[in-house]
Amino acid sequence: MKMTAAQAIVECLKAENIKVVYGYPGAAICPLYDALLDAKDDIKHVLVRHEANGGHAANGYARISGKPAVCIATSGPGAVNLVTAIATAHADSIPIVCITGQVNTDQIGSDAFQEADITGAAEPFVKHSYLLSNPDDLPRVFKEAFYIAGSGRPGPVLIDIPMDVQKAVIDFKYPKSVSIRSYKPTLKGNFNQIKRFVSSLEKAKKPLICIGGGVFASNAQKEICELAKIMQIPVITTMMGLSVFSDDNPLFFGMLGMHGVPVANKAVNDCDVLFLVGARVGDRAVRAPLSIEKTTKILHIDIDPAEIGKNIGVDYPLVGDAKLVLQDMIKLAKPMEHNDWIEYLNSLNKPDEFVKMPKGTVNPREFMFKLSKSMPADTIVAADVGQNQIWTATGYKFKDGGRFITSGGMGTMGYSVPAAIGAKMAAPDRPVMVICGDGSFQMNFMELATAIQHNVPIKIIVMTNNRLGMVRELQTNGYDDRQIAVALDGSPDFIKLADAYGIKSCCVTDDKSMDKAIEFIKNTDELCLVEVVVDEMAKTL
Amino acid sequence: MKHTISVLVENHSGVLSRISGLFSRRGFNIESLAVGPTQDPTISRITIIADGNEYTVEQIEKQLNKLIQVIKVKTLTKDECLARELLIAKLSVPADKRSEVMTIAEITGAKVMDLSLTTMTLELCDTYANLKRFEEIIAPYNVIELVRTGTIAISKGADTITAK
Repeated sequence: MKMTAAQAIVECLKAENIKVVYGYPGAAICPLYDALLDAKDDIKHVLVRHEANGGHAANGYARISGKPAVCIATSGPGAVNLVTAIATAHADSIPIVCITGQVNTDQIGSDAFQEADITGAAEPFVKHSYLLSNPDDLPRVFKEAFYIAGSGRPGPVLIDIPMDVQKAVIDFKYPKSVSIRSYKPTLKGNFNQIKRFVSSLEKAKKPLICIGGGVFASNAQKEICELAKIMQIPVITTMMGLSVFSDDNPLFFGMLGMHGVPVANKAVNDCDVLFLVGARVGDRAVRAPLSIEKTTKILHIDIDPAEIGKNIGVDYPLVGDAKLVLQDMIKLAKPMEHNDWIEYLNSLNKPDEFVKMPKGTVNPREFMFKLSKSMPADTIVAADVGQNQIWTATGYKFKDGGRFITSGGMGTMGYSVPAAIGAKMAAPDRPVMVICGDGSFQMNFMELATAIQHNVPIKIIVMTNNRLGMVRELQTNGYDDRQIAVALDGSPDFIKLADAYGIKSCCVTDDKSMDKAIEFIKNTDELCLVEVVVDEMAKTL
Repeated sequence: MKHTISVLVENHSGVLSRISGLFSRRGFNIESLAVGPTQDPTISRITIIADGNEYTVEQIEKQLNKLIQVIKVKTLTKDECLARELLIAKLSVPADKRSEVMTIAEITGAKVMDLSLTTMTLELCDTYANLKRFEEIIAPYNVIELVRTGTIAISKGADTITAK
């Protein structure tokens, strides 16, 4: 069928079953926007207030839907603003397809108005990118882009399209299949190696499973829970793997790492076989991998061969999709018992105790704990970056069906609000909650307007301590408490800010208002904001 | 330790910048990189000489393989590969020294490409090690320009690297 390339893009999006796109228009992407107007019944365009947030919203949508999501920006500054979101998605292996406008083909390289070499700028952070110079390639490029973004180890794919290419008329036919000779991810694991995995775990006296974000990427939550149950193996997670296991699962011992819980870190040091599932052993998760690999037998499943042996030496590597590998392992696994080992870990597990905080503030961990007890099991929690993230990761007790999303690898402040907007649109029936700090909220609160304009009822919790708390804590602990550039004086009154946007709000300053606020969060079905006042010296460690 | 890595890539624009970008951002040391087309016009072949231990070479191979346009990566072992590099050097040579330089060229297998009243330009196609020696030998003869292509290599015998 003859149509413009811009119309063909819309057809590609429809063929990929894309219902919503996040974007910000500009001159160089106008042909595509014009075509989107004619498709508004099929594809909802959400106007974000900053391009990076469009990328984060697509990120949130992709995490919850499990499929690639789309964001759009114009050339030059629009595209460059998107780079933070592309890097964020790349670090956490989230499938997004980013479409950017570009100046006309004959202007490329001339430093034209709003020209930026976005494929060059984004190169280190994309799984793949295209500068579409031949309009006839468009259907194939889109088919490949969605396939590359969503398959293997997922990640962001960028398609940069000059304005004249968008306007060109092409004969459109969307390819049914995709074949890229240089890209064939290994999904099915080597069966002999799978047998070795199972027998190593069977022989272990103190086995431990450590799961990462790869378990979500391969949708293997059910399988890993089942294997752990059959073989009675204790489980810990990285930050990216948090919420795979329900907190009340007797085999679950929390998050490891620099900001993790002591029992999880002790378990890593004391286990004799460590089974890594879609976890890349990043520096925040395991600070001294060398000392562990000396004393522990390490098994590692990852779909990305480059992650195996990169950060930690491995005894048994296995490249494959976690879901498929675990399904094979479950078939081979025999019921086991590790009562002494589990009992030992339980003896290290201290019950939560909440110290009283100065008047006018609450204990952030106690707030998280109580909040999690009260919220429905299927709540999605989008935490930002900083102390709020750690308090959520270690204080919020996830239940079966719950989901934690955060910028784990890149640690991008300002992620939470737009990501929650995307998450809520992917799962309109589930409660979606933002937890951020007064620092991170001021990096993204312009997106309140987006949530209002498009009627996305998320629940926003702002932990305020008038500080960039995580940096303050670093300065306190590592720099003799020499505090610089961490005071957030000049911040607005967040309750008045909520008023200005016309949204409901309340403020938590003590135990009584805490209980009331939790009820408010639970029962308010529209966009709402809760400020939780925290002491400036409250710690995460 | 030096390693010779052969990479088959799609013959598209942008591939080389992705590969050189990968080396710099991951901190891999690259000594030379040579690229050109192959018998299949859709495929280019890159030969990279990189420095590093076994871990580094494994990472280089794996990270290269992650690039979508990289079709095949293979590290060639020193004993089983044929490697050559071309060197061109322009020497400022007065007339009375010409015969000396000619003798060196004869012994080393270099050819005189060009001659002017004041200069001689030599070319030599040889292994990395022999070119290094050649550079040392011509050093006293006022080298005013020197250019090298970087090593290209192929495996000995019937072994091949194919796109399949």
